[in-house]
Amino acid sequence: MTLKNYTFAQIFKMLIVPAFFATLKMLAIAGVLSTLLGFVFGVILVVTEKGGLYENMIVNRILDFIVNMIRSFPFIILMISIIPFTRLIAGTSIGETAALVPLTVACTPFMARIFQNSFKEVDPALIEAAQSFGASKWQIVFKVMLKESVPSIISGLCLAIINLLGCTAMAGAIGAGGLGAVALQYGYQSFNLRIMYSIVVILIILVALIQYFGDWIYKKLK
Amino acid sequence: MIEIKNLKKVWEDTGTPVLENINLTIEDGEIYALVGRSGAGKSTLLRCINGLTSYQEGSLKVDGHEIKDYSDKELREFRRHVGMIFQQFSLLERETVYRNVALPMTCWKYPKDEIDAKVRSLLELVGLSDKMNAKPRNLSGGQKQRVAIARALTMDPKFILCDEATSALDPKTTNSILDLLLEINEKLGITVIVVTHQMEVVRKICQKACILENGIIKAEGSVREIFFDQPQALLNLLGEENIHLPETGHNIQISHLLNNESDGELFGKMYADMGIMFPIINGTIQEYEKDRMGIFAINVKDEDFAVVSDYLNKRGIRWKELGRKA
Repeated sequence: MTLKNYTFAQIFKMLIVPAFFATLKMLAIAGVLSTLLGFVFGVILVVTEKGGLYENMIVNRILDFIVNMIRSFPFIILMISIIPFTRLIAGTSIGETAALVPLTVACTPFMARIFQNSFKEVDPALIEAAQSFGASKWQIVFKVMLKESVPSIISGLCLAIINLLGCTAMAGAIGAGGLGAVALQYGYQSFNLRIMYSIVVILIILVALIQYFGDWIYKKLK
Repeated sequence: MIEIKNLKKVWEDTGTPVLENINLTIEDGEIYALVGRSGAGKSTLLRCINGLTSYQEGSLKVDGHEIKDYSDKELREFRRHVGMIFQQFSLLERETVYRNVALPMTCWKYPKDEIDAKVRSLLELVGLSDKMNAKPRNLSGGQKQRVAIARALTMDPKFILCDEATSALDPKTTNSILDLLLEINEKLGITVIVVTHQMEVVRKICQKACILENGIIKAEGSVREIFFDQPQALLNLLGEENIHLPETGHNIQISHLLNNESDGELFGKMYADMGIMFPIINGTIQEYEKDRMGIFAINVKDEDFAVVSDYLNKRGIRWKELGRKA
């Protein structure tokens, strides 16, 4: 397809706007999924560690290993190497829906670490106090650890979401769609600098918005 | 009643003993102090009482029930009757005072109106009704500890365990917290067990105390007795182990109540009756409850020792010989 017959405004409307919404969709769905999964794994990591509420070194070591392993993959390699798994889950390896699988897989360990670190920051004396009045282990997780670490979790989530945004752009390289795909295809491969830099600007604004929003919530909650 | 017999605890990973051969009994309604320097095992012993930590040997019975025989669920149920307060207050920083105090009751799923009534009356008791909606970070240390005390009282405990509850507070605030603990003990009849390294705390509110050194009880009994007897463990704790004692003669420590004016005439009387002069080498006057206790050390020449000890025994004055410094 040649773009010569179109004005930039038309290109913007035709290519960039839908790509923007595709990116947002990936970001939102993969973000929510990996937050939920990350929370579960983060809780498991914290409660099974030494001296934890459900100390279990075997589970802890295995999960810790998996988290480290996934996090040591560069995202683009991870995405390619789990294509069979992606096909199994999404039925295809092309498109935004399929991209949700590697995005979630890549972001979940990151989220798990964020939850784990935030929970670890909770003063152990607080957990002891809760135990001293007979709170159950789950009450300690939800009413004490989660409650107390919300601001720290929010700022961590903000970091992870921005990281995820970078991954969605990369996912564009192997057919995920979204801003990254447009930037690569039209900006990089067809040397259309205007498209590339307008996407760069959009990404910068998006990151800034996420960061400001995160900081705002953090301040509200702290 | 808390009965501890031959209790022993070792750290499970290293096998080092923390507590050994602990024997003590805490009666209902008492204020009992576990005293010692940091690392003496006093906080660990306190945590054995409400099962926050386990012990390997011996027995620890609260109202006749062995703590280590409780299942997890029974232990939780038991802890409802044992409030605990901490050095660093241990409040949820992001919750209001009201919700901090309500937390134990919400965990135990009490009805809302019951929680509300209880929280309000306890905040009234600790004098913080006006701070109900404040966050802990806007409170002073003393106020935070009051919130923690209110929280510890929500489920009408029989016991309150205080782990260095006043160690992070200035002297004036410490006194107000101690007054509050005393009030709770007297008004509500709650047994209070205090872990502290501050002898002022012991002197101010406790009836009985035990001094721990390296996980072993070095002195135990009524606070009056401990102050009167001045055991080495007490001197170590007060950092007074280095009194310089003369190397000749006998060094005698005399513990004497100074409640009446005539009590202060002891040394004058001794001279008048025996005609023996001796130097006073150390002395303090301590107050406990309504008594003023004088603790003096005198140095008596070898040839006078028999006469002086006889005199002291006859008049029923408490004394003991202090070891000579090598």
